[in-house]
Amino acid sequence: MLLNIKNLTVAIEGKEIIKGLNLQVNKGEVHAIMGPNGTGKSTLAAAITGREGYEVTEGEIWYKDQNIVELEPDERANLGIFLSFQYPVEIPGVSMTNFMRTAINAQREYNGLPPMPAGEFLKLMEEKKKLVDIHSKLTNRSVNEGFSGGEKKKNEIFQMALLQPTLAILDETDSGLDIDALRTVAKGVNELRSNENAFVVITHYQRLLEYIVPDFVHVMYDGKIVKSGSKNLALELEDKGYEWLKEQSLV
Amino acid sequence: MSDQTNNNILDEVTKGEYKFGFYTDIENDLAPRGLTEDTIRFISAKKEEPEWMLDFRLKAFRHWQSLEEPEWAHLHHPPIDFQDIIYFAAPKKKPQLNSLDEVDPELLETFDKLGISLDEQKRLAGVAVDAVIDSVSVKTTFQDTLAKHGIIFCSFSEAVKNHPELVKKYMGTVVPYTDNYYAALNSAVFSDGSFCFIPKGVRSPLELSTYFRINAANTGQFERTLIVAEEGGYVSYMEGCTAPMRDENQLHAAIVEIIAMDDAEVKYSTVQNWYPGDKEGKGGVYNFVTKRGLCKGHRSKISWTQVETGSSITWKYPSCVLMGDNSIGEFYSVAVTNNFQQADTGTKMIHLGKNTRSTIISKGISAGKSNNSYRGLVKIMPGAINSRNFSQCDSLLLGDKCGAHTFPYIDTRNQSSIVEHEATTSKISEDQLFYCNQRGIDTEKAIGLIVNGYAKEVLNKLPMEFAVEAQKLLSITLEGSVG
Repeated sequence: MLLNIKNLTVAIEGKEIIKGLNLQVNKGEVHAIMGPNGTGKSTLAAAITGREGYEVTEGEIWYKDQNIVELEPDERANLGIFLSFQYPVEIPGVSMTNFMRTAINAQREYNGLPPMPAGEFLKLMEEKKKLVDIHSKLTNRSVNEGFSGGEKKKNEIFQMALLQPTLAILDETDSGLDIDALRTVAKGVNELRSNENAFVVITHYQRLLEYIVPDFVHVMYDGKIVKSGSKNLALELEDKGYEWLKEQSLV
Repeated sequence: MSDQTNNNILDEVTKGEYKFGFYTDIENDLAPRGLTEDTIRFISAKKEEPEWMLDFRLKAFRHWQSLEEPEWAHLHHPPIDFQDIIYFAAPKKKPQLNSLDEVDPELLETFDKLGISLDEQKRLAGVAVDAVIDSVSVKTTFQDTLAKHGIIFCSFSEAVKNHPELVKKYMGTVVPYTDNYYAALNSAVFSDGSFCFIPKGVRSPLELSTYFRINAANTGQFERTLIVAEEGGYVSYMEGCTAPMRDENQLHAAIVEIIAMDDAEVKYSTVQNWYPGDKEGKGGVYNFVTKRGLCKGHRSKISWTQVETGSSITWKYPSCVLMGDNSIGEFYSVAVTNNFQQADTGTKMIHLGKNTRSTIISKGISAGKSNNSYRGLVKIMPGAINSRNFSQCDSLLLGDKCGAHTFPYIDTRNQSSIVEHEATTSKISEDQLFYCNQRGIDTEKAIGLIVNGYAKEVLNKLPMEFAVEAQKLLSITLEGSVG
């Protein structure tokens, strides 16, 4: 099993947001996590990636046979966990090229490899740019600075393609995307799917799941997964809304 | 994310070491401790100076005695005991050097450790070097190559001996010894430095550079640099400096004078990395420097680029006097302070000529318990019609125990000129750090990356070779005390 979350409780500034959550993800699988606003979907992503301020008060997060709860965020990243941010951050003055080269070499250093030669890196960039339809100009600009909403999201998938994570979490990657950008992003993700990696796709809407077809759909409500099922569950949600689940979870 | 968490992250970041803190055991010729007229006669005699030079020094000394240490800067330090300093230290083996083979191997090793090679490699890189250790210049490279173009590049002492007419003509014309307390002190006791003369119409084929090194204990370093570019001349000049780690403070009071005639251009770049003191604020170099350029000719241009990472105290305002019509002055600065470092730095742009233009870009970065001040004056005189200035002063704070201050003074005395001033203060956000972390970049590297990005506008102005060094320095300086 790649990811095994056991009875996870997460608090922000003392307030419990996730309340005893369980989730298992195997290699080769795509899991969708759905649910209304404020149920803890993004908090789950933050807890897995180790963001400061998201305190795991109970439970364990097992990834590749180790409990990663105590690991620093950069170490988790170097172990192959990637987060596609809902709100990608701007870093003025740092070019995308420089940023990604630093990231790739950090990963290589962690794995005991020498830095990637410049030529090889540039070739890799060119190759991955095509995957998400990114303009050459974009990689010369500062990280996310002046990028449109769609460009930012494409840029996240571009970074994912370069870093080749084992576990990728896409946090609301579809929000703010028009249909063309959505297709491009989905195409990128689908091309990266393999038997050696897994995806956790966090989304509000069923729409994204038409393009990135999940193996499992989980519904979160009030800090817990209240229902799991196949991709049909997403359709059912689209149809009925979330209200019926609320009633169910109260029972 | 709360400020508290932010600070915790920053607090944790690394324990950095000053890597140039070694001391080389070189036999020294020392002046007796303290400062009297005898000290000055001693220095002058040691340097076998002509009478007019000694007179200049003595006049400066007498003037200095009438002055009091300035207190207007946003700096705090215990009073300096000027009688407790050795004003002259020279490596004993200071023969006339004809080739590098004759340089004291200890010295060569010192410069190797500093990453400064005095050999052929530098020429391939297009750089001629003057290396000044303690009070004297030990070696100037590629003088012959430069001489073919009529360029004079030598130690200040050699210039006094070999080109007295040029030294007499220009020395003290931009920074007179009456200028300020430290300028008077320097004029009295200066030991060596570099001299550079670019004749009419010559563009220097090499980047010129001087490396300053304080080595001996309890010594002050007082060097003097004079650069003259005649009509249409061009030179790019670089200055680097380091010092050993010592518990006591060391004094450095330098003067740099630049003169640019019609259509001449001088670019002066500094990477200042004197020992900053330890994490408790013990030791470090007191850096009191007067740097000024005179755009004497029409359409002349002087630009200062500085990366200030060292010294426990920096007091420095590289300035331009824009005398010629259509002349241009530029000041690009990155000043980083960490631990207990204090910097009060900036520039003065004095517009005298018509259509003169000046640009000021200052990026201050404060970390630890340091204080970083920008102090700048833009003065536009009545005759400087249609002049322009643009100033941008940005401050970046790392943590909440440091300070950033901006003191811009603007004095415009005509109606046709335009002065613009922009200022920002920002912090490295926790979001930015986490974003980098999530891509596998640890916090220390992330801060280096973000800070370098922030300073990029200025770093881009540095000559290539210096830019790489400066980028590394920025990261190293912020190691250990980002809290």
